[in-house]
Amino acid sequence: MTAGPLLQVRDLAVDFSTSQGEVQAVSGVSFDVRAGECLAVVGESGSGKTQVLMACLGLLASNGTTRGSVQFAGRELIGANERLLNTVRGTGIGLLSQDPLSSLTPHLRIETLLTEGLLDRGLASRDEAHERALRALAEVEIPEPQARLRQYPHELSGGMRQRVALAAALMCGPQLLFADEPTTALDVSVQARVLKLLAGVRDRGVGVLIITHDLGVVAGLADRVAVMYSGRIVETATTDELFSAPRHPYTAALLAAVPRLHGVAQSRLVGIPGDPPQPSARSPGCAFAPRCDRAVERCGDSRPELTPSAGVNPCMTAQGDSIAARAVPLAAVACHRPLQDRAEIA
Amino acid sequence: MVEAVPADSRRQSLWGDAWQRLKHSRAAIVAAALLLLVCALALVGPWLSAYTVEQVDWTQATLATPPSLASGHWFGTDANGRDLFVRVWIGTRMSLLVAVLATIVSVVIGVAWGATAGYLGGRVDGWMMRFVDVLYALPYMFFVIILTVVFGRSLVLIFLAIGAVGWLTMARIVRGQALALRQREFVEAAIALGLPPATIIARHIVPNVLGTVIVYATLTVPQVILFESFLSFLGLGVQEPLTSLGRLVAEGALEMESSPWLLLVPSAVLASVLLCLNFLGDGLRDALDPRQRR
Repeated sequence: MTAGPLLQVRDLAVDFSTSQGEVQAVSGVSFDVRAGECLAVVGESGSGKTQVLMACLGLLASNGTTRGSVQFAGRELIGANERLLNTVRGTGIGLLSQDPLSSLTPHLRIETLLTEGLLDRGLASRDEAHERALRALAEVEIPEPQARLRQYPHELSGGMRQRVALAAALMCGPQLLFADEPTTALDVSVQARVLKLLAGVRDRGVGVLIITHDLGVVAGLADRVAVMYSGRIVETATTDELFSAPRHPYTAALLAAVPRLHGVAQSRLVGIPGDPPQPSARSPGCAFAPRCDRAVERCGDSRPELTPSAGVNPCMTAQGDSIAARAVPLAAVACHRPLQDRAEIA
Repeated sequence: MVEAVPADSRRQSLWGDAWQRLKHSRAAIVAAALLLLVCALALVGPWLSAYTVEQVDWTQATLATPPSLASGHWFGTDANGRDLFVRVWIGTRMSLLVAVLATIVSVVIGVAWGATAGYLGGRVDGWMMRFVDVLYALPYMFFVIILTVVFGRSLVLIFLAIGAVGWLTMARIVRGQALALRQREFVEAAIALGLPPATIIARHIVPNVLGTVIVYATLTVPQVILFESFLSFLGLGVQEPLTSLGRLVAEGALEMESSPWLLLVPSAVLASVLLCLNFLGDGLRDALDPRQRR
């Protein structure tokens, strides 16, 4: 890859026009994913994580509109025609979706599911495609690949199906993999296996953008993390920094809500009081303010911008002044009163 | 590694697999065998008899003779002294031809139209389905009469006309299913794989609606057979001396009391054809769904 990031997302906003009026699902989201790097987007249900992925791939529901810029390997995807999108989908960006049960077409054999992307584009002959499907299954550690190719999705276990889906997403050799809560539907031991495979994918130089609400997944796999709340990124940091010194109160609260096996014994798990705001009724201020124990009056009135964190190498060198070329900081927080150090995590 | 899978079997299609599964359904196999027998008789039956379809047998005591082996009229003769055995198989040939061709026409157009409208959705869907609604609103008897007047009476016209009317319902059914399938995650996965819409419709949507399509098609066949006899009755369909099962049944019903075989024989053939089609359709629907596999 060239020096620039594989995927540049700048000021991405997603709106849905519904019967209750315009709803902003995502706004002002910017991030980069580089080759061989794993970025995790963390957030609770409804925070707009999945819509970010869908917007990048042009897969939004028909009532959704996208603004901003998404550049993949230098090509702008927002507003791109279907032809370009179809070239990028599969061969440029692979998608691994949440539910392995429903993401594989039930009446097609595993072989067809794996090879159709290659065959349809004429990238391989039938025999080559067959060989590559065999290798792909072996790569995701599926035993007896020869026999599996002839089976149907319902004949495989959930974990196997998710690994087949991973193999299918990687068949056309994408440079970037989108994983939308890839482990949510799986049990813990299978989760670990899928995560290991994803780490292997990343180590082969593929950029991985993983969406999850599971901080355990983040800790094991991600190099960097972006925390989303109510359609915005509230904090980005490297995984180590985020876990050791979260700066946004929401991040801190999320971490405090995860049970720990080691370290300081917690007497009780701490929940976050209240509910996330409805996307249709967002306040002018910080979306987290009503649930935040550090909130002051200012938090309810003005929305904090994402600002590079103090003491962190602020940003990459800017490449120009268009939106697409603007650099994003590697670590930043959107809070009027960020936590300063570990002692403040109550 | 397990034992090697035979190299050629991996290229089996959906239909190849369906055939493998269909072989295990006894009812479907018996029905298919019976249907084949009926088809074979419809093809060669008329030659087995010494009589032809329009030949009147003056040698018998009455014109309508009951079935008998001795006279060579195995199914008897009709009120005009014509051999019923020959006429039944000629009629079966005609009815099956019309039914199968009209059903194929309606299935092909209906599935393609409905799946495209349902998958694309939005404005395209709106226009395509409004077009169907407009055609629905045409009284189709009227439509068929106009076609006959303009193009003259022909067999091809009958099944084209029937098929052209039949696809409307098929399109609505398939469109409804496609609309639901479009929301499914595997379709999204296929889009995310960069497959073009035509491929997604053909490979991921249509096979999923085949079960419904087959059930509906087996229901269409008897409708078409009856509709054809109705058209013939109006003088728009098959004309004498040719005949069809529907016509034979209708004529037989008139002579029911004096010569019951005229009703019973063609009815039995018609009923067994329809029954077999239903069993076969049922078996086929199960066979096309890989999850039904034992």
